[in-house]
Amino acid sequence: MTEIFSVFLLILLVITAAAAIRTTNLFVAVMLMGIFSLLIAINFFLLDAADVALTEAAVGAGISTVLFLGALAFMNEQERKQAPKRLAGLISVSITGLIMAYATFDKPAFGDPNAPAHQHLAPWFLETTQSAVDIPNVITAILGSFRGYDTLGEVFVVLTAGIGVLFLLDTPSAGAMLKRDEGLRHYLIPRMVGRLLIPFILLFGLYVQFHGEYGPGGGFQAGALVAASIILYALLEGQDRALEVLPQRVLTALMSFGALLYGGVGMVGIFKGANFLDYSVLSSDPVAGQQIGIILIEAGVGFTVTGVLLSIFHAFVARGRTQ
Amino acid sequence: MFELLIQIASWLLLITGSAFVVIGGIGALRMPDLYTRMHAASVTDSLAPILIIGGLLLQAGLTLFSIKLIAILLFLLLTGPTATNALASAALLSGYRAQHDEEAES
Repeated sequence: MTEIFSVFLLILLVITAAAAIRTTNLFVAVMLMGIFSLLIAINFFLLDAADVALTEAAVGAGISTVLFLGALAFMNEQERKQAPKRLAGLISVSITGLIMAYATFDKPAFGDPNAPAHQHLAPWFLETTQSAVDIPNVITAILGSFRGYDTLGEVFVVLTAGIGVLFLLDTPSAGAMLKRDEGLRHYLIPRMVGRLLIPFILLFGLYVQFHGEYGPGGGFQAGALVAASIILYALLEGQDRALEVLPQRVLTALMSFGALLYGGVGMVGIFKGANFLDYSVLSSDPVAGQQIGIILIEAGVGFTVTGVLLSIFHAFVARGRTQ
Repeated sequence: MFELLIQIASWLLLITGSAFVVIGGIGALRMPDLYTRMHAASVTDSLAPILIIGGLLLQAGLTLFSIKLIAILLFLLLTGPTATNALASAALLSGYRAQHDEEAES
């Protein structure tokens, strides 16, 4: 039954992708990309990858759509007519596609228990998590501790993206050049319902942040959720009010502080005589040390993701307002 | 016996709820203009979730799972109509007028 549903979703995925490519209206394309993300999130969930599904739903379907719409606000909605260079593109895409399809024949069958992925590291992770970290969610243990280097890299990728956007688009300063942004303040129903929802979104974000050790969740998803609640506030009350709540300098500090916290926890490991990002030495009890380390680095991830997403959002919106 | 009744009631709710989703989908495709399409589509985010989640609640019984379901239902009931309202007022403000039959007939 689940397989049928998966195949159905995958076909919908292909249709959505084709529709997003074919449409010349960028607004429609953005909406289709949001649907694409939601469909692939459901697919991840069917494959028991709840953490990835949560990230995809929060970042791919939620925040990216909002950022795309923010970028669309100062662009033409219709795609510019391009000279058709279809044949060369078609040939290169077909060759790549055929090579990838050919490569899948060498892959183990879907759900094969003898696949290398289930034989090589996965059993070790499953066994060691219990004794070394002692948290129920193995994914968080792998992301935060066993493969802490990778997650550190991801955090710095996010930070770099934020810095890059802030360099390209001016940060929303306190300049008086901007038009007044009233948001939806004159629309009673969206405003009231939105204001009612904001605290619950924020609460859910904190739940996802601190429940990451026990269930699906963690810093990335929580950061996206917290950013979403502030973005909702900015949409309802106008950007100026949102910047009064969390000014740009706080966001800039937040995104660098998060990355610094992550790296700093790693450095503490070195100073205490262990390897970089080895949390066992953070406490007298190695298991407790691992848990403290994971909570700290997840907090760092959450700070950075919130700061970067909100900075990018504010930069886009402020640019739309100057024109 | 009681168990069976619960199952029947739950599946009745699930099936009627799904039927409303299908009707909403057909309406969103077949209706002539934006407002009537929204009218059809709004069935999928107001009545259908009540029935479907009601059916799932009967399946779940009194557990933590059912509290989560109620939270989802409340969220859907708040956001769905609000989104429809925002969409309709945005369409109205941008000057989108409903099609009238008189125009089509004359």
